[in-house]
Amino acid sequence: MAVTDMNRMADQTNSTDPKANNGMFGPMHPAQWAIILLLLFMPAIASNFFLIQIFAYAFILGMISLSLMFLAGYGGIVSLVQMTVAGFAAYLVAILGDSAIQQISLHWPWWAAVPIAILVATLFGTVSGALSVRTEGIYTIMITLAIASAFFYFTLQNYTIFNGFSGFNGVKAPVFLGIDWRSNTPFYYLVVVLAVLAYAAVVYVSRAPFGLSLQGTRDNARRMAALGFNVTAHRVAAYTFASFIAAVAGVLLVWYQAQISPGTAGVGPVIDILIIAVVGGINRPIGPFIGALVYVLLRTFSLDFLEALGLDGKRFQLLIGLVFLVIVLFSPDGLVGIYEKLKARYQRNRDMQTRGFRSGEGA
Amino acid sequence: MSLAISSLAISADRLATAGSANALELRGVSRLFGALAAMSDITLSVKPGERRGVLGSNGAGKTTLFNCITGDFPPSSGIIRFFGEDVTDFPPHERIRRGLRRTYQISSLFAGLSVLDNVYLACRGVSRNRFSLVRPRRSDALMASAESLVEAVHLSDVKDKLVGELAYGQQRQLEIALALSGAPRFILFDEPAAGLSPTERRDLVTILTSLPSHIGFIIIEHDMDVALRVVESVTMMHNGRIFKEGSPAEIESDPEVQELYLGGAQHHG
Repeated sequence: MAVTDMNRMADQTNSTDPKANNGMFGPMHPAQWAIILLLLFMPAIASNFFLIQIFAYAFILGMISLSLMFLAGYGGIVSLVQMTVAGFAAYLVAILGDSAIQQISLHWPWWAAVPIAILVATLFGTVSGALSVRTEGIYTIMITLAIASAFFYFTLQNYTIFNGFSGFNGVKAPVFLGIDWRSNTPFYYLVVVLAVLAYAAVVYVSRAPFGLSLQGTRDNARRMAALGFNVTAHRVAAYTFASFIAAVAGVLLVWYQAQISPGTAGVGPVIDILIIAVVGGINRPIGPFIGALVYVLLRTFSLDFLEALGLDGKRFQLLIGLVFLVIVLFSPDGLVGIYEKLKARYQRNRDMQTRGFRSGEGA
Repeated sequence: MSLAISSLAISADRLATAGSANALELRGVSRLFGALAAMSDITLSVKPGERRGVLGSNGAGKTTLFNCITGDFPPSSGIIRFFGEDVTDFPPHERIRRGLRRTYQISSLFAGLSVLDNVYLACRGVSRNRFSLVRPRRSDALMASAESLVEAVHLSDVKDKLVGELAYGQQRQLEIALALSGAPRFILFDEPAAGLSPTERRDLVTILTSLPSHIGFIIIEHDMDVALRVVESVTMMHNGRIFKEGSPAEIESDPEVQELYLGGAQHHG
């Protein structure tokens, strides 16, 4: 009896809105508790290498990818400029704050440099959005890719502000509240808290008027205008929201790497952000984080794996490409999509079992 | 701040003009697609609260007329006034915010959202806080009006279903609910009865005749049983021009109209 009740409840939550993930605000699933506890106690379990090189890095890439997911999944806008926004914020932290390049860095305190870096990078993302939102599909991709490439070549060739090819090194997270944020455990917690906040914000806003109407413009832009919405303004605002997340992640990125150079926001990394979102699942906020974890694990361990197979260890892109191909072929919704298909199948089987059980009981 | 001021100015403008002006006034409106004149030199006025039928064969320019009025396509020439205000150069959303609504001949909905979310968006589109980052509560006034609109078009049973999963007739009903959201002053119905069953048609007539009397509308409808029962005047279009105007009885008995349209339909039937 209890089992059927629970099934019915699960069915109801499924049928009301399969797209919404209300875990953050509704009753939480045990698995979600488990993940939160795991993230909290990670420093006690994992080595520093795993803590920073794998998890912190995956969460930072996940945040940048989340900003793309917000635009693509809810707005139908595939923007390749999100990594550039993060890269710009990273550069600004190095230029306004402290770095080893004494003649360029302005040595502002972090509490001035970081907010202004985030603000200006968000503005940059908004302007990029304003340039591209009147286009659709492939043209949006081309315009944002053009902006990303222009930024890459500009930082490569400009020495007065961006210090050209070598960029900036020696960029460190500050000491604040008596905590040294560049040491492993505090930095891990900083990244996790900001990533979870960004995730929660996206989940929450997806059901707020702004997020709902963004999904409306994705499904049917013309009808949104015929309901009184200014579609262009809505899309530009979506860029602002997404770029803010990317800019925050950019600050974390420069603290993680301790340096920033043109290659960080080159065409390769720009495309990697798209791949991460697609591999994880570009329609759910959790997808980018799963994709980022897979990407970072592959990137880190493919060397050993490939060499064990007798192949050149540098070919990790090949492995990522193959994984990408397989996932996209089998599930357009990425790994999240595969998980949901399996869950649906499992639930169907269980429903059939309980139904069989009940009929047996009746007889 | 400036937003509040401009909306105040708009409502003052409305008060000044609403008394005397026609709900809708078109003067010499034409629309070209390349060399093809889909609509030429249309002059038309509709009083507030008036219900007008637009008849005409395929390609007569009826839907183009709607697209020009809502701004989906701007007219190539001519002037459009909505309650006295010149809206010719306004983008669609500005016209909608002034009380104009429309439905589409082919249902134009948000397939990935639930029925209630569709109607909620329609209510939100003509109110403030379109960009709000705060989730609506269950007690939200707009959510309540969305719920009552869903009920008015008999969709309460399926309000949490995704629109993509609805039956065709239900999608047509939702299409009408979207047009009734907010405080409409004038609605354009583009073949609302197309593809509906006889029962659904009767429901549609009930909905149309029970609209508050201050809400006028134009309806494009091929089904004479529906069209002539809900309108008080008829405009007959042919080849992008206005061919005849009159009461339903006059149009029905007009020999030229019978030859051109009703007669033609009988031959086909």
